Amino acid sequence: MKTGLGLTEDLSVDLAARRWRAWWRRANRHGRLTTMVLFLPPALLLFTIFVVIPIGEAGFLGFFKWNGYGEVTNFVGTQNYERLAGNRVFKSALVNTGLVIAVSLLVQLPLALGMALLLANKGPAAYIFRTIFFLPFILAEVATGLIWRFVYDGEFGLVSSIWGALGAEAPFVLAERGLAMYAILVVVVWKFFGFHMMLFIAGLQNIPRELIEAAQIDGASRWKVTFYVVLPLLKPTIMLSMFFAVLGSLQLFDLIMPLTGGGPSNSSQTIVTYLYQFGIVRLRIGFGSAVGVVLFFISLAFALAYRRNLFPHSAR
Amino acid sequence: MKKFLVAPLAVAGWLSLTQGLAAQETVVKWLHIEANPPIVAAWEQVARDYEAANPGVKIEMQFLENEAYKAKLTTILQSKDRPDVFYSWGGGVFEAQVEAGVLRNISDEMRGDWENTLSPAAVKAFTLDGEVYGAPMLVSQVGFWYNKDLFAKAGVNAEEIATWDDLLAAVDAFKAAGITPIAAGGADKWPLHFYWTHLAIRLGGQAAFVAATSGSGDGFDGPVFVKSGELWQQLTQKEPFQRGYLANTYPEAAGIFGDGQAAMHLMGNWDYNVQRSNSINKEGLSDDVLGWFPFPEVAGGAGKSTDTLGGINGWIFSESASDEAVDFIRYFLSKENQTAMGREGYFIPVAKGSAGEMKNPFFQRISQNIAASDYHQIFYDQMLGPDVGRVVNDISTDLAAGIISPVEAAETVQEAWLDK
Repeated sequence: MKTGLGLTEDLSVDLAARRWRAWWRRANRHGRLTTMVLFLPPALLLFTIFVVIPIGEAGFLGFFKWNGYGEVTNFVGTQNYERLAGNRVFKSALVNTGLVIAVSLLVQLPLALGMALLLANKGPAAYIFRTIFFLPFILAEVATGLIWRFVYDGEFGLVSSIWGALGAEAPFVLAERGLAMYAILVVVVWKFFGFHMMLFIAGLQNIPRELIEAAQIDGASRWKVTFYVVLPLLKPTIMLSMFFAVLGSLQLFDLIMPLTGGGPSNSSQTIVTYLYQFGIVRLRIGFGSAVGVVLFFISLAFALAYRRNLFPHSAR
Repeated sequence: MKKFLVAPLAVAGWLSLTQGLAAQETVVKWLHIEANPPIVAAWEQVARDYEAANPGVKIEMQFLENEAYKAKLTTILQSKDRPDVFYSWGGGVFEAQVEAGVLRNISDEMRGDWENTLSPAAVKAFTLDGEVYGAPMLVSQVGFWYNKDLFAKAGVNAEEIATWDDLLAAVDAFKAAGITPIAAGGADKWPLHFYWTHLAIRLGGQAAFVAATSGSGDGFDGPVFVKSGELWQQLTQKEPFQRGYLANTYPEAAGIFGDGQAAMHLMGNWDYNVQRSNSINKEGLSDDVLGWFPFPEVAGGAGKSTDTLGGINGWIFSESASDEAVDFIRYFLSKENQTAMGREGYFIPVAKGSAGEMKNPFFQRISQNIAASDYHQIFYDQMLGPDVGRVVNDISTDLAAGIISPVEAAETVQEAWLDK
């Protein structure tokens, strides 16, 4: 009896082990699981330390009043969020960020697309112009901001020389509350449209020539080829470009700090510069965290809407 | 057997090596914000002298730009590789640091000999609840620097600008003569807050500030601070500043004044050096062209004409600072070293007897002003702490831009103060 029972026990253990081994072999086809076990932990760890924990911390600190020193004890409930909702400068920061997104999508991308369609063909002229348009993107953002500060200078800048040539006194665009944000938008488009143009050119080069030729043989005009063949095939690239443009707009910071620092009198703040100036610089870390949380939810809402609306089939 | 021998030997060797290194060198990391090359060179020399006299101590100078320094300080103070010695303006920012326990208490070192070599009022600026947490280096006063050539050209006599109305009249005269009356660095905001706060000092004197900060009378939304905003807007409505001043930083404004492009510049006495180093020819205005007059009085104001606005700046120590760090600053602030700084006209030192050899006539005069002042108000943006201070800077700029009313400005400050 005893030995018999022992035998079945041995058997069942043996069976379980064998089943597990079989599952492993099946699941680990081409070393998939081994790869996962080896490669996932470092990435997961980094992601947790630098993304998940900070987000959680910001969410936590958003309910406190804390100046960055010592213990976090002063719980204030939703006060930080209430202050935020009533803050004039934060509202203008939201509007400005919306403006950057709008201009990126409605001005920058069409411009980039137009340039890409003109410059996608081979030839020295196309190469030269591509390089010229791409150059601003290579510049560091702080350097770009400093350069444009000089360009916009009403006394010595390029803008003032142009105005002077026309016989008028140049405005100090960065010192005018009504103009500074638009001046920044010009720089944003100037700096980033070349990047999107390159994306589009890469996308265009992936479109099979045969399709275009077939359309041409069928008698389609150049416009029709562009609208009915090229653009639909370019859709994935356009989607990608939109994604970069919106996320980049939400994060706009480095360019603004040297250009205006959010001024004059806080008229050109974006969400991120607002977070820096009103949260970090003023040692209101709790308040700044609340701004961060708002920004996080805006980004999250965008990411979800983007997946649902633009990739209805890939969200499996 | 061999293995057992090697391990302890290796450990012992490693220990002696690290201890040897530690005994060899104590590094004092010294973070400053001084951007003027001659001054930095002079400080560097003091550091090298100290190293020569104290083998085994190494002084490492680190630099951050003014605005960047203020923004990063909180993080730096709590990081692992924090420097030992930091620059400080005292006031509310300093108090927040003390309360958080990130500063080293130097009361023991300060009491007695060292204290006696420094001005008592200056030591008080770095004292909280009877404990000393920092060592003062310099005092400063805010006033109007002016360009004598441009004043002569416009026919304005600086000696006669005694009241706010006189200043407004002078601005009109400069505008009529086609000269930019005043240079200002509006992008940095704090240069503009000098106007709003100095007007409050002239209007309400020490009593108004004490009442507002202690909650014993009118707050920052009281009549004194509303009136400050009104007078400030009287000036800004005349558009007295260089075109585009809201986009200019302080160093740019100092350069404009140093280049002779504007007749006046309301700034601390340090502008004497900064207007030089930021001018196009690096020489700026020479002593015979440069003039200085105090912030004008306001008719009917409760403040005394001798009241001063300025700073008492010095050095603070991170909580983990070594004894050598404190000792080095003590040497740095000694009468001999500070006398040399004063003699060269780098700043107005607070070490007793060190201001006597100052050759700079402006600094001599300002040094006397501060000595004669019953009420030396430390800059609001430092005194009121980082948050309220920045709010004062904001409303001063918003008033100048004309987007808020004096009443709104005063209420905003009071709200921030109550929420402090």
